[in-house]
Amino acid sequence: MRQWSRKNSLGGVKLRSEMDAHEASVLRSLVASVLGMLEERAAGAPQDDLAALTGLRTGNSAPPDVPALRRLLPDFHRPDADATVHPDDESADLNGALRSLHEPDIIDAKLAAGAVILRTVPESGGKVVLTPEQADAWLYGLNDLRLALGTTLGIDDDTPEALDEDDPRAPHLDVYHWLTWMQDSLVQALMP
Amino acid sequence: MCSSTSPFDTAPTEPSDAVIVASFPTVTLAAGQAMPAEAEAVEEIEAVDRPWVTVVWDDPVNLMHYVAYIFQKLFGYSKAKATELMLKVHNEGKAVVSSGSRDKMEHDVQRLHAAGLWATMQRAE
Repeated sequence: MRQWSRKNSLGGVKLRSEMDAHEASVLRSLVASVLGMLEERAAGAPQDDLAALTGLRTGNSAPPDVPALRRLLPDFHRPDADATVHPDDESADLNGALRSLHEPDIIDAKLAAGAVILRTVPESGGKVVLTPEQADAWLYGLNDLRLALGTTLGIDDDTPEALDEDDPRAPHLDVYHWLTWMQDSLVQALMP
Repeated sequence: MCSSTSPFDTAPTEPSDAVIVASFPTVTLAAGQAMPAEAEAVEEIEAVDRPWVTVVWDDPVNLMHYVAYIFQKLFGYSKAKATELMLKVHNEGKAVVSSGSRDKMEHDVQRLHAAGLWATMQRAE
């Protein structure tokens, strides 16, 4: 895959790159996987009669169990970091309330970003041409992929560039680094 | 305290601004002549009306360039300010990226989560 480049064309600013068939396939598969996880989470939200009447959606109020999903949909409040809140109960209620209120929209935003990637990845490899809006969606979508993969792999500041060949995580780490390079290249091409 | 009919209103850009600005006659003074008492009173009102902050936390996945880009995109900060905040997150583990009403903070945290940053809200200390 080549670096992203930014070009003014007759149709406006475009972000361009190229990827081979294998890369396109891996990317589509990863996006589908994360979107599937998010859709399942949305579908699992409690049904609410009041929501049906008012049209106001409520989502899950408890955080996800799966670490990758939990990182994609984090809490709105950190009691350990907030000196102004004392009882633990208050924070749990605050987090529950804020999560059920806002999680549906956050999931929607992530589903929309992933959908843009799926629509614009070349079917069997080839050129990729994005508008700035589509490029923003790619940034969001790639970031979600890296968060999901990185959390599952247990990426931290001490994670090496490469793992031992025998390590079953090694190929996944390579994919993670590839996504990192792709996102970094794209954000730098976009930066004003 | 909210009055939208004062002849001394300046044009607010956000509803919360109106609450702060509407109560005081705005007198145009050169910066060096600003009345300390008025500035203090405005700050007090701001503290009552803007008691919440949004904090962004460092994490091992998010790219520095991406974090700075999101701060520019979501908050309209200059590249310099966005970079400064990003470096604060990176070096100190966290940074306050916005402040205001609770509603506004909820909206900011939601947008930051949609972008994949780890953000929380709390009352200003």
